[in-house]
Amino acid sequence: MTRQVTFRRRFINAFMLSLTGVATLLVVSVLFFILGYLLWHGIGSLSWNFFTKLPKPTGETGGGLANAIVGSAKILALATLIGVPVGFLAGIYLAEYSGRTFAFVVRYITDLLNGVPSIVIGIFAYAIVVKPMKHFSTFAGGCALGIMMIPIAVRTTEQFLRSVPTALREGSMALGANKATAIFTVVIPAAKQGLTSGMMLNLARVAGETAPLLFTALGNMYWSAGWSQPSASLPVMIYQYAISPYEDYHQQAWAAGLVLLALVLSINVTARLIMSRGSSLARR
Amino acid sequence: MAASTPVLEGTPQSRARSFAYGLKAGDELAYVLTLAAASAVILIVALLVYQLWISSRLPIHKFGFSFLTGRTWDPNAGDFGALPFVFGTCVTSALALIVAVPVGVGAAIFLAELAPPKTSNALTFLIELLAAVPSVIYGLLGIFILVPRIRQYLAPALRDVFGFLPLFQGPFYGVSFLSAGVVLVIMVVPFIISVSREVLMAVPVEQREAALALGATRWESTWDIVIPNASTGIIGSGFLALARALGETMAVTMVIGNTPQITASLFAPGYSIAAVIANEFTEATGDLYLSSLVFLGLVLFGLTILINAFARILILTTQRKGAQS
Amino acid sequence: MSHSLRAFICSIAATLAIGAFSASPVQAQVLINGAGATFPAPIYQKWFSDYRNVNSNVQINYQAIGSGGGIRQISEGTVDFGASDGPMTDEQLKEYQSKQGHSILHFPTVLGAAVPTYNVPGVASNLNFTPEVLAGIFLGKITKWNDQAIQKVNAGAKLPDTEIVVVHRSDGSGTTYCWTDYLSKLSPEWAKQVGRNTSVKWPTGLGAKGNDGVTGLVKQTAGAIGYVELIYAEKNHLPAGAVRNRAGQFVKANLASVSAAAAGAAQNMPDDFRVSITDAPGKEAYPISTFTWLLIPQHFADATKRDNIKRLLKWALTDGQSSVESLQYARLPKQVQAKELQAISKIN
Repeated sequence: MTRQVTFRRRFINAFMLSLTGVATLLVVSVLFFILGYLLWHGIGSLSWNFFTKLPKPTGETGGGLANAIVGSAKILALATLIGVPVGFLAGIYLAEYSGRTFAFVVRYITDLLNGVPSIVIGIFAYAIVVKPMKHFSTFAGGCALGIMMIPIAVRTTEQFLRSVPTALREGSMALGANKATAIFTVVIPAAKQGLTSGMMLNLARVAGETAPLLFTALGNMYWSAGWSQPSASLPVMIYQYAISPYEDYHQQAWAAGLVLLALVLSINVTARLIMSRGSSLARR
Repeated sequence: MAASTPVLEGTPQSRARSFAYGLKAGDELAYVLTLAAASAVILIVALLVYQLWISSRLPIHKFGFSFLTGRTWDPNAGDFGALPFVFGTCVTSALALIVAVPVGVGAAIFLAELAPPKTSNALTFLIELLAAVPSVIYGLLGIFILVPRIRQYLAPALRDVFGFLPLFQGPFYGVSFLSAGVVLVIMVVPFIISVSREVLMAVPVEQREAALALGATRWESTWDIVIPNASTGIIGSGFLALARALGETMAVTMVIGNTPQITASLFAPGYSIAAVIANEFTEATGDLYLSSLVFLGLVLFGLTILINAFARILILTTQRKGAQS
Repeated sequence: MSHSLRAFICSIAATLAIGAFSASPVQAQVLINGAGATFPAPIYQKWFSDYRNVNSNVQINYQAIGSGGGIRQISEGTVDFGASDGPMTDEQLKEYQSKQGHSILHFPTVLGAAVPTYNVPGVASNLNFTPEVLAGIFLGKITKWNDQAIQKVNAGAKLPDTEIVVVHRSDGSGTTYCWTDYLSKLSPEWAKQVGRNTSVKWPTGLGAKGNDGVTGLVKQTAGAIGYVELIYAEKNHLPAGAVRNRAGQFVKANLASVSAAAAGAAQNMPDDFRVSITDAPGKEAYPISTFTWLLIPQHFADATKRDNIKRLLKWALTDGQSSVESLQYARLPKQVQAKELQAISKIN
C-alpha cells in the first residue's frame, strides 16, 4: 500500500510539474511569436533616417520617427518622476507604518485607480491640465502616464517590502537603528530585485499606452521644444500609422513598435545594472 | 530643543545629540512623507471621481438609475443605457482571468522552482517586455493572426466538445467575446507571471527544504507550502491582471465585434465599456452624448468597486476555510 | 541604496534637463496647431510639409483625432484650427460663438467618397447596388446575397445563397455621417429608424474600428459587406460596388465621379459652405460623396497666426490642389474654389 501511495503522489508530481512546463511553453511561444513578428516586419524599416529624421507624408522617403522617440523618452521620464515617488512612498507606508483599516482603504482605492481605463485617465488629465493650460503639452502627457504608474508602484512596493522577513527588520532595530533607518537601509535594499522588476513592469505598461496621450500630449509632426508644446510619441504614431491605408506607414508602425520595445528593454537593462549590487535574499 | 544640561560645542556628546535629533526627525519625516504619499493617492482618486461625476450631471439627471439597466445605445435618439457594456466588460474580464491565472501561476511556478536561474531570469525579462507592447499592436495581431486561427481551430473544437452548453452555440464570425477574452489573456499573463514568480522566489528556502525533508514530493512542497506562503502576492498579481482586463481599450475593441448585446454565447460579438468610450469619445457630438460616455466611465468605476469587493470577500472566506481545515 | 538611487535620480534629472532644451534650431518659428478629421489627414500632412518649402518659418502641426474631436478642441480653444468631415450643426456653431465670442468659418478643402465593399464567395466582378438594396441590407431586411432585389440589378453575376454579414463602423466617423446621410435621404424607413450621425444605432451587423478595421473584417468574413473611404478599398484591392445615382446611372467611385458630384452641388453652394453633396444631380456623379472642411475661427487675437493661416488657406486652395489627386482625393470644382478664395477675407 505504501508503494501505491508513493506511486500516486509521484505521478501527480510529474504530471503537475509538466503542466507548469506546458504553461510556460505556451507563454514563451506566444512571446517569441509576437517578438519575432515585430522583428520580421519592423526591422526592414529601421534605418539611420528612422532614428534621426522627422516624419514625412506618405509616399515620400527618408522620413523617420526621431521626434516620437525623444517625445516618448521625455514623457516617460516625467511620468516616472511623478508616479514612482508617490507610489513608492505610499507603498512603504502601507507595508511599514499604517494600521489595518487605513491600509485596506488605500489598497482598495489603489486597485480602483488601476482599473480605470487609460482613456478615462486621459480625459481626466485633459480636464485638469490641458483645459486650464489652454493647450496640449508634453507635461500633460507626463501627468497622465504618471497617474497611471501610481497603482502598480504602490502595489509592487508594498508586496515586495512585505515579503522581506521580519527577522531582518528586527535585527536592524536590535542594532540600534530607528524605524526609518531600518526601512531605508535594510528592508528596501533587501527587496531591491522585486522593487526593480516591479518598476520595470510599470514602466513597460505605460510606455505602450496610446489613449491617455491622445488627449494630453496630442501629437506633433515636428520637434517639441520644452515641456508645454504638444509632442509626438511612439504609441500614438504607431496607432496613427497602423490605421492608415498606406503600406509605407504600416512598415513604419511595425518598426516603431520594435523601437518602443527596444527603448523599454534598454531602460530595463540599465536599471538592473544599476541595482544589481549584491544579491537579494532567499535565492537558492 | 533646549538641553537640560549645558553641552559644549564639538564634544562627542553634542555630536551624539544632534545625530540622535537627526535620526528622530528622520523617523518623523519618513512617516509624514509616506503618509502624505498615501493620502495623495486617495486625493487623486477622489478628484478623478469628482471630475467624472460633475461631467456626468446631464445623463444622471436625465436617466438616473435606469442608465444601468438600459439596453439601448442610440446616439441619434439621445437614448443611452449601460447594461450591454457592463455585461461585455464582466464576461471578457472573467474569461481572461479564468484562463490567465492558472496558466500564469503555472508558468511562474516553473520559472521560480524548476527552471535554471539564468534561463528563468532571461525568460522573465522577456515576458515583462510583453507588457510594453502597445495594445494597438495586440489589436492588430489579434485581428490578423489570432481571430482567423480561433475561427479555424479553436471555435470548432470548442463547439465539438462543449457545444451542448449555450456558451458555445450560435454562428461565429471571428470577432467575439471569445476572441476578446483570448487577447486579454495574452495581455494580462505577463503581470501574473512576473509578480507571482518574484513572490514565489521570496519564500524562504527553509520552508521548501523542511517540506522536502518531511517526505513531500516537489509538487507537494510547492502546492502545499510555498504557494500558500506566497498567496497574498499571487492574489495581488491577480488583481493587477483584473484591473488591466477591465480597462483595456484598444486591443479589445479591435476583436470584440463592437455590437452592444447581451447573449449567452461566447461566440457572439459584444462590446465593453472601455471599448465604447475609446470608439466614440473623440467623435461624440453633443453634450448628452459626451457626458453619457463619461457616465459610462463612472459606471466602470463602480463596477470595479463591486468586483474588487466581491473578490476580496471570496478570498477571505476561502482563506478562513483553509485555516479551519 | 544611496549609490544606485542617486544614479537613478541623476539619470532622470539629466533626461528632464535635456527635454527642456530640446528644441528646433533657433529661428522665429510660428507654431500653429490644428486637429480634426482622420480622412483628410494624409493630404493635410502633405500640404503642411510642402508649405514649409514656401514659407519655412511656419510649423503647422495637424493631428487626426476625429471630426468630433476637432470640433470640440477648436471650441475649447486648445488648437488654432479644426477639421471635420461633417459640417458643424447650428447648435455647435452657437456653442462656439458663446465660448469664443466670435463665429467660425467652414472651408471645404478636398472631396472623398464612401464606397460599398464586399466579400462574396464566387463573385469577383463588380456588383451594382441601388439605394433600396443598400438600405435593405443595412436595415437587416435583405439577408441573403441571392435575394431578388440584388439579383435584379446584377443580371450577369452568380450570387450564392450566403448570409449577408453587415460590417459598420464602431467609432464615430465622418464616413458614417456621409453613408447615413445618403441612406436617410433615399430611404424614409432608414431616416425614421436610424437617422444620420457620426455614430448611430445600427439595426444589424458587426462593428469595426476605423476604415482599416472595416477593411480587415470584410476581407476575412465570407459574405460581408461594409462601407469604407475610397482609398482604403483601392489600397487593399477590395471590390467596390457601383451605386445608382439620381440620374439612374450605376456609377463607381473614382476621382472623376466624385468631382462631378461636387460640381453638381456647386451651383447651389450656400455662403457658409455647409452643404451635403450626397445624391448629387448629374449623370457622372457618384452619389455617396462628401466635402471635408477646415474650421477656421473668424477672428484671431494673434495677428501673425492670422496672416499665416490666411496665406496657408490661399495656398491650399490654389497650389495645394495640384497634389491632392496623387493621394486619391478629388479636387474642388473651380466655382467652389473661387468662392472660398473670396471668403478668406472674412477672417480678421
